Amino acid sequence: MVIVAALAFDFTNGFHDTANAMATSIATGALRPKVAVLISGVLNLAGAFLSTEVAKTISSGIVNDHLVTPGMIFAGLVGAIIWNLTTWLLGMPSSSSHALFGGLIGAVWVGAGRQGVNFDEVVQKILIPAIASPFVAAAAALAATYFAYRITRRAKPATVSRGFRLGQIASASLVSLAHGTNDAQKTMGVITLVLISSGALAPGSGPPVWVILTAGLAIAGGTYIGGWRIIRTMGKGIADIESPQGFAAESASSTVILTSANLGFALSTTQVCSGGILGAGMGRRLAGVRWGTAGRIAMAWLVTLPAAAAVGAVAASAVVHGGTLGTVLIALAALVVSGVIVLLARRSPVDAKNVNDDRTTHVRPVAAAKARAGV
Amino acid sequence: MNVKWGSLGGVAVVGFGVTVGVVVIFALGVRALAARDERKAAGSDGTALTVGAGACFAVCAAAVAYGLYLIIPQFH
Repeated sequence: MVIVAALAFDFTNGFHDTANAMATSIATGALRPKVAVLISGVLNLAGAFLSTEVAKTISSGIVNDHLVTPGMIFAGLVGAIIWNLTTWLLGMPSSSSHALFGGLIGAVWVGAGRQGVNFDEVVQKILIPAIASPFVAAAAALAATYFAYRITRRAKPATVSRGFRLGQIASASLVSLAHGTNDAQKTMGVITLVLISSGALAPGSGPPVWVILTAGLAIAGGTYIGGWRIIRTMGKGIADIESPQGFAAESASSTVILTSANLGFALSTTQVCSGGILGAGMGRRLAGVRWGTAGRIAMAWLVTLPAAAAVGAVAASAVVHGGTLGTVLIALAALVVSGVIVLLARRSPVDAKNVNDDRTTHVRPVAAAKARAGV
Repeated sequence: MNVKWGSLGGVAVVGFGVTVGVVVIFALGVRALAARDERKAAGSDGTALTVGAGACFAVCAAAVAYGLYLIIPQFH
């Protein structure tokens, strides 16, 4: 059951994070929406296979592995899935990694007590990089956008926009691949941890091939289904993006992700990419940034960790105190909540066809209709 | 608590430098291409500009290749 929950989380992670790599490519028309998610999905799967060393981010000191039980991991995953679905409904690009960490922290705190969580590590490995990375990406994208426009000012606009669109395809693909190697790894790490703690695998062994395959397929499948609601917010909501800006934003994202991964910071792809887009928006025209949307996204980031932790904590208290019955109840509750969220999303769907039509993702159909009519 | 401010600063500086560098070189390549098209339309030779654009894109391709090298651990 824990493994099913882990794969479900991987799936939500996939469709939540397609937006990171592909939102600007879709918004500028560099790639057709369906083609973009297909490329991203395939590269995510490839990324899952490329990197075989287990991502130790999950257990590397953030929670105390000796105190963690499969039940707590399950509760943490439930917290992460529900938070991911909620932010998807609202079209908010929040961090899937933070949702996962938050869920686990909440679950372990309730299940094993405060000493089960290393708060110093949380601050050092998650909070500080989380705050710093979007600023770095934004500053880099801002400067890069400014120079890109400066250099190509006199050149023929058609050639310029075609050239940068081709460049965007390359930089977006790089982000997708980096995402596959990072995020699919996290789920593999969780599943492997469960297998080890239940005795199915020897301690210290790597993920078996079937774990790599299923985790890779789950994240690729989620990516292909496409988080259109979030793609709309990132591609259209933060700023109106042209292809040189898209290229600058994605170059900044891939550079920051790669350099920090190399130095061992577990940062959020989502936050880096949003920062990059914001910077690219400012680089062309300060007024072009919709600060209201940017502010709401920043709020969502602040809330993600504690909110996922709260859901994880509630789930963990049921699992730890309620035994098997509690676990079953939590699983059912998670299914019901997920179903309700999907039904709510159906009322005002966003898909490959209408993703670029509007700037905001609406929850209520009436508001969506009003916005389309321009009221 | 031991925050690695040095590494954090490193990420900031390297991320900023590489991004701006790659985008500037790419933009120069795009500009050279556009200038070549204009020259050709005017009837004169654009070979030097083509070579220049090619060199710019080659540098960007090298940056992407290095990125791939960093992503794929089998290469290390």
